[in-house]
Amino acid sequence: MMLVDLITVVLISMGLAFFALGVLGVLRFPDFFSRMHAAGKCDALAAVLVVLGFALYALGDLTFASVLVSLKIFLIAIFIFVASPTATHALVKTALLLGAKPWSRQEWQKRRTRK
Amino acid sequence: MMDQFFLGAAFVLTLLIAPTLFRIIVGPVILDRIMGGNMIGTKTTVLLLFIGQLYGDLEMFVDIALAYALLNFIATLGATKYFLRRQRVFFKDELLDQKKVES
Repeated sequence: MMLVDLITVVLISMGLAFFALGVLGVLRFPDFFSRMHAAGKCDALAAVLVVLGFALYALGDLTFASVLVSLKIFLIAIFIFVASPTATHALVKTALLLGAKPWSRQEWQKRRTRK
Repeated sequence: MMDQFFLGAAFVLTLLIAPTLFRIIVGPVILDRIMGGNMIGTKTTVLLLFIGQLYGDLEMFVDIALAYALLNFIATLGATKYFLRRQRVFFKDELLDQKKVES
């Protein structure tokens, strides 16, 4: 019982750390594609980690009802694992087809010296 | 013991939603705003599980979280599809800076 609690705490803490890193990347990166790079991967992994921690904790005393709830939480994890990269792909495809320019160091330096 | 940990984790998650709101408000491109909404939706899905655990009614909140995840995904795809079909998004900052660099 103690071991399950420990694994849950570790999984949820790792998930929160990845959430924090994703938010940091979204705030700090210079253009849309790099922001998407931070948001998509960090969010998907962090959400799956936290939800898996909950699925483990909801297993509890292994009655039928608790196993059913745990299975449903596991379903959320599977859905996020499929849906989040799909949403990221759709956003990046839209940006690319509508002509967003990726950030490059040369143009950034040129812009800085021009100013 | 575990309840206190869940409460603290939910608090941290709520604090993480606030900086994402910044990207929605000032995001230079409209796609940035959609991305911020998607991120907040993911965090809310997880936060609903925390709320269910804290209220001791997890089996109801799991259904709500599942519906919220589906809704978030559909909303992001719909907004993206709209801007893809409209063929026009103002990349204001990038375009202006490009012109400055070229001229």
